[in-house]
Amino acid sequence: MKQKFDIIESTCVPLPLENVDTDQIIPARFLKATTREESFFGENLFRDWRYDPDGTPKRDFVLNDPRYGGEILVAGRNFGSGSSREHAAWAIAGYGFKVVISSFFADIHKNNELNNFVLPVVVTPDFLAELFATIAADPKAKVRVDVPNQTVTNLSTGRSEAFELNPYKKYCLMNALDDIDFLMLQKDKIEAWEAGCSK
Amino acid sequence: MNTLFDKIWDAHVVQHVDGGPDQLYIDRLYCHEVTSPQAFDGLRARGLRCLRPEKIFCMPDHNTPTEHQDRPIEDPVSKKQVDALAANAAEFGLTHYGMNEPDNGIIHVVGPEKALSLPGMTIVCGDSHTSTHGAVGAVAFGIGTSEVEMVLASQCILQQKPRSMRIRIEGELGKGVTAKDMALFLMSRLTTSGATGYFVEYAGSAVRSLSMEGRLTLCNLSIEMGARGGFIAPDETTFAYLKEREYAPKGEAWEEAVERWKELRSDDDAVFDREVVYDAAEIPPMITYGTNPGMGTAVNGHVPTLDEIPAEGQPSFCKALKYMDFQPGDALVGKPVDYVFLGACTNGRIEDFRAFASVVQGRKKAPGVVAWLVPGSQAVLRQIQAEGLDKVLRKAGFEIRQPGCSACLAMNPDKVPVGKYCVSTSNRNFEGRQGPGSRTLLASPLTAAAAAVTGVITDPRDFLV
Repeated sequence: MKQKFDIIESTCVPLPLENVDTDQIIPARFLKATTREESFFGENLFRDWRYDPDGTPKRDFVLNDPRYGGEILVAGRNFGSGSSREHAAWAIAGYGFKVVISSFFADIHKNNELNNFVLPVVVTPDFLAELFATIAADPKAKVRVDVPNQTVTNLSTGRSEAFELNPYKKYCLMNALDDIDFLMLQKDKIEAWEAGCSK
Repeated sequence: MNTLFDKIWDAHVVQHVDGGPDQLYIDRLYCHEVTSPQAFDGLRARGLRCLRPEKIFCMPDHNTPTEHQDRPIEDPVSKKQVDALAANAAEFGLTHYGMNEPDNGIIHVVGPEKALSLPGMTIVCGDSHTSTHGAVGAVAFGIGTSEVEMVLASQCILQQKPRSMRIRIEGELGKGVTAKDMALFLMSRLTTSGATGYFVEYAGSAVRSLSMEGRLTLCNLSIEMGARGGFIAPDETTFAYLKEREYAPKGEAWEEAVERWKELRSDDDAVFDREVVYDAAEIPPMITYGTNPGMGTAVNGHVPTLDEIPAEGQPSFCKALKYMDFQPGDALVGKPVDYVFLGACTNGRIEDFRAFASVVQGRKKAPGVVAWLVPGSQAVLRQIQAEGLDKVLRKAGFEIRQPGCSACLAMNPDKVPVGKYCVSTSNRNFEGRQGPGSRTLLASPLTAAAAAVTGVITDPRDFLV
């Protein structure tokens, strides 16, 4: 959903597993929707880790643990590997996450998050390990993500890091603009490129 | 001193966006039914049409049943998605190959076989296995649905240029070792994120010696190492494959194109951001034991022991073995197999069916094994019949089904039941990928065939003369 990003301060949901693939984020059987109802995808986020086949919530999965909540998902390295399904980003957005923090993201999924106004924040492995420890010790621990200054801060320990975000995407996120808005203004350049190519 | 990747990418840059990505021109967009409906909705919501409809080709493949394609799809949700693609293609003036029509099949099988994918092109699709088309010498990569919408509307995409990586495999492949084994070997060495951020050029004598089908398999699996895409510089093998195919240039235009395509190679002094070299003789027939494609080993090898896994990877490793019901150190040969799946954009081509048939010829399918043999396209199915492979397979107790993605991701009725083991020629062994609770072991068509006739994991070299 298009929204303006500024400073986000929130508790976190920890998922300290590596290589979480998009088939786990949203299994293929939920890809049959022909519309973009984020609430539907959000309800089925991590479906098979979150629910038994009969729909009973699995008590040991973090989304079913009442101690944890917030707008920030914290995940192990190589988050979002596998399939290109944007439904995974819709599910994360639909559940209510605005930020995903990890030490490493798969490429396609990272783009999909950005295109859906979910901010992937890449931190160092040390920062991530400390953050997992902080959340384990205190589920109410908060993190601040400052988009204008591109910093992420573990408010319990005070540890802060800069994160990367290219100036174009930063402008888009802070102003709720997407790439199609931009591309539709470029028709002259596209036609000029095509003309040059056919020479 | 440019890489081939640089040459193709740079030639397609419409502009560098200030402080941001490149605006890249796209020569070919493929759309399937799963990742496109919301993109077409987006166009309607914004009141947009397609800028270059003639460059866009659509076909359903993920939801299509592999039996009774002459009848309407029974699952109403699947039917709705397949129908939506046909309606969207008609509304926006795009070519559409419908289910059970002679041109239909898995998008990554159909594109190359109709020469819709050509050397030097930029190619995208809302599907991570779009890297397949890199086998013809194109820059091809998977994208999300928002990006599909960008290309539908503007024939362009905004994209950060990936770094370049070259993987050279030199020497001769051993007996029973296929392109699939090469890819599974690379993933086991590089891990599923080893090439993230990179676009891979495959090179070296072992890669050059692959047929076009083998190259398509190798490039298909680039994403499973995390790479955005992978490609092979075009050569005589490429030209011989493409010549006379439907969308290949004809006559004089063909000669001119080939001259141009011969220039598509990395300069001798090109610098890659990363380069790795492997000896082909090191590569055995491979199989996976875990729940990501990097968790693979020699088929005659064993599941790693816990002390072979780095500490931070142990929670995921243990979770995977629990899911698979394997123990650290288990030997793989001899483990029982319930299902065998031959097909998918990875191994659903004619050569894969020839390989499978070569092992099962004169033998019988093991009782208790359910085998799904699913051609990648109608054209592959016709070729199977023309070569009489269907008769060989039927005699051994196997039936050929109708084309589609099928049990690779089980969006159609072909689902592996809870707890069952499937030796699969597809591309992913993620939890639940082939159906909730299914357990997938990725392998080559030869290894799948050996399992199909023995009912247990078997080294395919035992069956090769």
